[in-house]
Amino acid sequence: MAFLSYLISGLGLGSVYAIIALGYSMVYGIAKMLNFAHGDIIMAGAYAAFFAMTAAGMPLLAAALISMVICTLLGVTIERLAYKPLRQASSLSVLITAIGVSYFLQNASQLMFGSDTKIFPSVLSGSFSLFNGRLSVSYLSVLTIVICVVIMSVLTLFINKTKTGKAMRACSEDKGAAVLMGINVDAIISITFAIGSGLAAIAAILLCATYPSVYPTLGSMPGIRAFTAAVFGGIGSIPGAFLGGLMLGIIETLAKAYISTQLSDAIVFAVLIIVLLIRPTGLLGKKVSVKV
Amino acid sequence: MLKVENLVVRYGMIEAIKNISFEVRDGEIVTLIGANGAGKTTTMQTISGLLKPASGAVYLDGTDITKIPPHKIVTMGLAQVPEGRRVFAQQTVLENLELGAYYRKDKNGIAEDMKNVFELFPRLEERKTQLAGTLSGGEQQMLAMGRALMAKPKIMLMDEPSMGLSPLLVKEIFRIIEDINQRGTTVLLVEQNAKMALAVADRAYVLETGKITLEGTGAELAASEQVRKAYLGG
Ligand SMILES: Nc1ncnc2c1ncn2[C@@H]1O[C@H](COP(=O)(O)OP(=O)(O)O)[C@@H](O)[C@H]1O
Ligand SMILES: [Mg+2]
Repeated sequence: MAFLSYLISGLGLGSVYAIIALGYSMVYGIAKMLNFAHGDIIMAGAYAAFFAMTAAGMPLLAAALISMVICTLLGVTIERLAYKPLRQASSLSVLITAIGVSYFLQNASQLMFGSDTKIFPSVLSGSFSLFNGRLSVSYLSVLTIVICVVIMSVLTLFINKTKTGKAMRACSEDKGAAVLMGINVDAIISITFAIGSGLAAIAAILLCATYPSVYPTLGSMPGIRAFTAAVFGGIGSIPGAFLGGLMLGIIETLAKAYISTQLSDAIVFAVLIIVLLIRPTGLLGKKVSVKV
Repeated sequence: MLKVENLVVRYGMIEAIKNISFEVRDGEIVTLIGANGAGKTTTMQTISGLLKPASGAVYLDGTDITKIPPHKIVTMGLAQVPEGRRVFAQQTVLENLELGAYYRKDKNGIAEDMKNVFELFPRLEERKTQLAGTLSGGEQQMLAMGRALMAKPKIMLMDEPSMGLSPLLVKEIFRIIEDINQRGTTVLLVEQNAKMALAVADRAYVLETGKITLEGTGAELAASEQVRKAYLGG
């Protein structure tokens, strides 16, 4: 029973990673860059929701909406100001810029909100029990898993069925050819950042509901773990981000429970390295196709 | 239809196109022949807006399109079949064709053109649910051409459509190019296969290391001593 309970909380945590990983993966798939500042968008979303609830006294849902709007605008603005001018630059320049943006966001929030840890209001607490009380499941875990599955399904439908989604796939394969179809690649990249950043806001709230502290570097660790999840599942692939996130959450939770809390990160990365040795493109990553 | 004036295109310090001018009139097939590295692809990409010229201008029906972003140039009736086909390998044949009509809103017109494309390329219809990456080279070339036609272009640019294809397929591709032209689309064709290109072209230009060195009707150039030596194997 203990195992089952760890599994469920691992799935919950993994769902949050999956939602964050999606942002990394979509941006990588379309803009072909690692947006290292993605974790810090989560931080911005957490602060936005925190102030909306505490200072403005908004209910959770309204705060979530505000947080999504702010993150979306932030993500799109960052892309426009910092990344777009580097469209033709080397990927190393872009990566360094992204790391710079990450530090900028962390320092800006420290300047604006202070470095002290703010306590996120308690939301979605409580649990229900199954098997005559032998298994206790938190509402939050269930809600997180459900939200993650819904996001994943909607996004998959969007990418596969809508015109914009097909344009996104075209951009991900070949931007030059996509432009020749009349696709506005810059607009598609903006949409991608908007979606990824909006999802970061949702992840921020789910994260703060589990670990209720808000501070300037809050996004770093979940960001790095979700990035790992994205690589694990196959960066650029939506089902890959989903699978990678869930696997990572489960491995992390089980490692903490059965092996060692201190070693859990080491174990997670060890698994990542093994997977990448066996499958360099990640679990569901596409093989790089060779054009004839 | 299309007029290129004093075009200069650079890659950093390298001048790939050194002041060329040429034109394509309504209804023509015009070909630009030249060896590998002559600047054919650079010219095509500059016309369709993917590259910006250092100087000079490109006019489409009298409008200067040099500063218009490439995704808007398509909507003005200029489509390009890029070098190396560049179909979307992970998408189906049908999705590729739909992407060709991306900017269009006229559902009926799109359906009509889809029918025409399948008439022109029956093999694409047989394979419409197949991923484009699984098609043979010839089929991918047909898809790239069909995809460009779906944009309902007034003028179609084709960059080495015969590249890497068997002689039989090359023949078929050129027959289709003539067919497309007869159905009312103006064609600018870039080729290393000078023989076939000159045979279908109304007029032709020879491009040598970024400069136009000869021009004339397809027949004139095919008969020219210089062209025979350099491009037709004697
Ligand atoms: N991206 C690029 N960067 C630098 N030089 C290039 C680039 N693309 C082409 N060139 C150079 O420009 C010249 C013309 O190339 P291209 O237009 O591709 O010729 P063609 O299509 O006739 O084979 C060549 O010398 C080529 O090396
Ligand atoms: Mg070329």
